[in-house]
Amino acid sequence: MEITIIQLFNGLSVSSILLLIALGLAITFGLMNVINMAHGELIMIGAYSTYLTQTIFSSYLPSSMFNAYFILAIPISFMIAFAFGLLLEGTLIRFLYGRPLDSLLATWGIALMLQQLARTIFGAPNVAVKSPAWLDGGLKLMDGVVLPYKRLFIIGLVALTLIIMFFYIYRSNAGRRMRAVMQNRDMAACLGISTRRVDAMTFAIGSGIAGIAGCALTLIGPIGPALGTYYIVDAFMVVVLGGVGKLIGTIFGALGIGLTNTMFEYWTTASLGKVLVFLCIVAFLQWRPKGLVAMKTRALD
Amino acid sequence: MKRNRPWKFAVCAVVLCVVLAGCGSGGGAGGKGTNKPASSGSSETGGDTAAPGDGDVIKVGILHSLSGTMSISEVSVKDSELMAIQEINAKGGVLGKQLVPVMEDGASDWPTFAEKARKLISENKVVTVFGGWTSASRKAMLPVFEELNGLLWYPVQYEGLEASPNIFYTGATTNQQIVPAVSWLLENRGKRFFLLGSDYVFPQTANKIIKEQLKAEGGELAGEEYTPLGHTDYSTMIAKIQKAKPDVIFNTLNGDSNVAFFKQLKDAGISASDITTLSVSVAEEEIRGIGVDVLQGHLAAWNYYQTTDTEANQAFVDHYKKAYGKDRVTADPIEAGYIAVYLWAAAVEKAGTTEVGAVKEAAKGLELDAPGGKVKIDGDNQHLYKTVRIGEVQADGQFKELWNSGEPVKPDPYLKDYAWAASLSTP
Repeated sequence: MEITIIQLFNGLSVSSILLLIALGLAITFGLMNVINMAHGELIMIGAYSTYLTQTIFSSYLPSSMFNAYFILAIPISFMIAFAFGLLLEGTLIRFLYGRPLDSLLATWGIALMLQQLARTIFGAPNVAVKSPAWLDGGLKLMDGVVLPYKRLFIIGLVALTLIIMFFYIYRSNAGRRMRAVMQNRDMAACLGISTRRVDAMTFAIGSGIAGIAGCALTLIGPIGPALGTYYIVDAFMVVVLGGVGKLIGTIFGALGIGLTNTMFEYWTTASLGKVLVFLCIVAFLQWRPKGLVAMKTRALD
Repeated sequence: MKRNRPWKFAVCAVVLCVVLAGCGSGGGAGGKGTNKPASSGSSETGGDTAAPGDGDVIKVGILHSLSGTMSISEVSVKDSELMAIQEINAKGGVLGKQLVPVMEDGASDWPTFAEKARKLISENKVVTVFGGWTSASRKAMLPVFEELNGLLWYPVQYEGLEASPNIFYTGATTNQQIVPAVSWLLENRGKRFFLLGSDYVFPQTANKIIKEQLKAEGGELAGEEYTPLGHTDYSTMIAKIQKAKPDVIFNTLNGDSNVAFFKQLKDAGISASDITTLSVSVAEEEIRGIGVDVLQGHLAAWNYYQTTDTEANQAFVDHYKKAYGKDRVTADPIEAGYIAVYLWAAAVEKAGTTEVGAVKEAAKGLELDAPGGKVKIDGDNQHLYKTVRIGEVQADGQFKELWNSGEPVKPDPYLKDYAWAASLSTP
């Protein structure tokens, strides 16, 4: 009984982490069709931003304020990754729209460069981020069932990010322009929307969300130059399974992979569990090649 | 407009490269001071700059991963080897000649290790090579060294069951780390063992040995699990551990997985006082990256700690911190790389030549007061006699030694002296 509850919670928690790392990609890859191999490195940038915030707090501010650093680290990670995204889009990505193979290679190159950059600045070894005291420990439901605050916090953070994104994309003028450009670029341009600016903004927002993911991941995982490589495959898996182009599909994709992964891992072993999940995904995509939620569009492509 | 585009693209690409490169060097020089040592002295030469071959110098190879995932660990070993070379040079060199290190990058890629080893021996004509970390890199280099009759000094603890005539193993083999650690745990911490490791050769071989030993010494296996390298979510694994209720977790995870595992173990409310975790690949360097708060109280088994109380160690730690920054730490493989250089130098002095056969002959039985205590080269299998130490992580990120073997333990890579291990090895 306890194990069932714990495993359900673990499944939910893994799903939330998958969703967080895939959300940014759902925008850059899902909406914009840029095969962004540097997505993992944008996550890494977010993680290092958190590390920097922590270092600044611990060396320049009184220790009583230390516990507040994490709240500030989230927007800072977003802003720094956002800035990197903007730079990347302006200098490279915008020349590669509609050339998926080229963008795959170019962004992969960028990923390697960013990794080496992190290695040069911060050194090859991992750095440690001390989690704030208010996230230590867990919520005790019953004997043997402890829900760690960090995982609850990540679930909450994902929910909040989703809500903000929903309002931005579906309820704001900027979001409406964004959807218009993604659905029918020429028509949107005819109606006076600056597609260049929308492209840049969209890519930067996707990058910024990757930064938030990096910030959250410092709570539970390693922080090193190779951090991005651990998550990039999962992120693509979630977006492809969910259906390219629809955020709601990404949510279902993350839930599906997270829950089945923890289940299989519990029944078998970690390596075999992962293989089984992949097999399921391959089988599913044979049946529905467009993923869980297929995008309906009037664009002729 | 259309014709314009490739131009713009090229310009932007170049600008991007320049900016990134600029950031890179700026960051390095701006100096967190912790990581890349300013290349001190003139003894470092890049890969290709051939040193004059007029016999005034002796060229030695250093082959570690300076990029890629393994650079996390290997860069520090390279640093300590360079330091040893500089120290020896300052004292007048070997056979009156200065040592010139030729560095190559194995790039965390095993075929690259083999290729660079071949280059070092055949093209650069180095007389010996210090290098390698993972067993995969050693296995890749082994045939090259045997074919060209080179000499490799390998500085890391490994899974045993190997003894190449062209390799000196200055790290621990299983009977100097894993076997005594299991015995100690059985005596002091409990009988039920949970074996957790990364899914590759070292953990699987190590666990095969541990399982035999548990059978022979009255232990009990509560579970055995492997996770892929780079695995980052241990929630399910921890649920399995909670269900199995072991006394001890024997941890052979490697690399970044350790960070995720220990952080999530603490979050699940399991502390060192509930279940002891003993790790064989978490040293001082790794503690810095994992965070002391989650590791405090857990155990590790090594042959050397920064806190090991010997005269040689005080000097070693002082020099290392002076050379590479106050907040750097030393650790077992760093020490093993350092003494490898000294052992080789002593063997060459004794042999009077750098010729491989003579050096090997001279190395037999060679002794050294290493930072980790007295070591001696075993003539038969070219491993070292080393003292086994079990340590507990303290609040300052250093180890407190709980137990040591008292005297250097004879290396036994094939576990010939253990009756229960008979089924494991057919050398």
